[in-house]
Amino acid sequence: MEILIKLLLSCGTLGAAFGVAGLLTWVERKQSAVMQDRIGANRAKIFGFKAMGLFHAIADVLKMLSKEEFMPQGANKFLFNLAPYLSVVFALVGFAAIPFGDRLILGDRVIELQAANINVALLFIFAMMSMGVYGVVLAGFSSNNNYAFLGGMRGAAQMIAYEITMGAAIMGVIMVFNTIDLQQLVRAQGDYLFGWLPKWGIFVQPLAFLLFLTAATAETKRIPFDLPEGESEIIGYFVEYSGMKFGMFFLADLVETVLVSALMTTLFLGGWQIPYLYPDGFHFPWGASIALSNMTVVILGILSFFFKLSFFIWLLMTIRWTLPRFRYDQLMKLGWKVLLPTSLINIAVTAIVIVLLN
Amino acid sequence: MTYSTEQKRKELEKYFEEKSSFNILRVAQMKRDWKKANRRELTWWESTYIPTVAGGIWTTSTHFFRNLFFHIMHLFGLYKNVSAAVTYQYPEQKRPLAKRLRTRHRLMKREDGSPRCVACMMCETVCPARCIEITAAEHPNPNIEKYPAEFKLDLGKCVYCGFCVEVCPEDAIRMDTGKLDTAEYSRQSMIYDKKRLMEE
Repeated sequence: MEILIKLLLSCGTLGAAFGVAGLLTWVERKQSAVMQDRIGANRAKIFGFKAMGLFHAIADVLKMLSKEEFMPQGANKFLFNLAPYLSVVFALVGFAAIPFGDRLILGDRVIELQAANINVALLFIFAMMSMGVYGVVLAGFSSNNNYAFLGGMRGAAQMIAYEITMGAAIMGVIMVFNTIDLQQLVRAQGDYLFGWLPKWGIFVQPLAFLLFLTAATAETKRIPFDLPEGESEIIGYFVEYSGMKFGMFFLADLVETVLVSALMTTLFLGGWQIPYLYPDGFHFPWGASIALSNMTVVILGILSFFFKLSFFIWLLMTIRWTLPRFRYDQLMKLGWKVLLPTSLINIAVTAIVIVLLN
Repeated sequence: MTYSTEQKRKELEKYFEEKSSFNILRVAQMKRDWKKANRRELTWWESTYIPTVAGGIWTTSTHFFRNLFFHIMHLFGLYKNVSAAVTYQYPEQKRPLAKRLRTRHRLMKREDGSPRCVACMMCETVCPARCIEITAAEHPNPNIEKYPAEFKLDLGKCVYCGFCVEVCPEDAIRMDTGKLDTAEYSRQSMIYDKKRLMEE
């Protein structure tokens, strides 16, 4: 029974991750179109139904599956085939540790809505995100193409520069909430500052949030940090890939966007927390209260998680379709000379404030 | 007079000295003429990129939410007169064309439906792309003299200059169909004959 529940949770998480990432191909097209005063893809239809262009995702997949899988001469066959799988798998595995809801009580059974209740969840996700760069490096290395190699190297350099900032930025959050178990971290964000302001990460660590947002955008390898791809200069690490293998790199980018958004939701916007919602219902600071059953509270929590998730996805998409690409030296300068020192200062200031407050 | 190799070499050198833009003196001259653009140093606040990034996101999101609002309102049938996009949905919705725009040709008809053209060959002669090919034949009516037995217009060659329309003494050819999307599967079918040109 325990195993069945775990299986259900993991399948649900995986399905949600895939579903949201697949939907993002549509969101990306439509959002960019609406931002640029266009209509966007709306021609693919099944039985005359267009469904606002939703079928274009299906058409894309069918196209990619039916294309030729080409491998260049002199490519390392094993690594060439391995790279796209590494990219996708490590991006997906991270979702296991994301808590998407409060504890659900069914009869006498308590279910934590998190696929894997690891007490070092944050470290686990960071490890998996760092592993994701192996897909990029191996793809560049095994393609036997100078441009792909250049893209892979850029990817590796960028990942090192921004992973450190990312790690340093969340140190402040960890110090404030005193845990790296994500479920506990979300619970800790249910407190209130001054009795009314939710103690969310964004309110106690605003600088860390900005740093994390920047580093996370770099982590997804999308514009303005798409140096490994750089469509207009080098085609990037996947230049030699075709068919579904290219599609997997494409999917990995979108899955990473979802993962990073989920992580930002969990760390900085209180995960599934809704302000003034306690396990037994709403208790507003001005005294009013509404009693709710456990089931309702949990469902509200999950909805709130997905609402915040979609906000961050919207933000990342807006950034991607607004800003131009950085120059490579600007990217390195921003990473090493601006973000890293700022994040270190943030850690120091946070530590001093915590010591003074205690 | 015959040139020796030495003479020829000297002459060529002289020639290139005068013509070449890679003359070292000229490059030095150009270097003196360079102007240094005075770029303002970024202030500390600007060098964080935050104000420009925020401004850019503000611009794009105002467009996004404005258009999204009108898209949703259109679903409910409201604000139909306000457009949510500036694009035309091409095959269904076409851009208004200027009246004078030169578009695909048509041959004008007489009252009885026969072509107004008298096969004077003016258009064939003036055509810079040589895309018109007329075969003249004798008209049964003695007042008309000639008529085109065949009138072939190769739209694959046509440059849409409109000279044929300008030169026609009978106003028999016009370029006002408003059709811009001439597309065929072969070069051969790009050659329009009399019948297709008279369809409208």
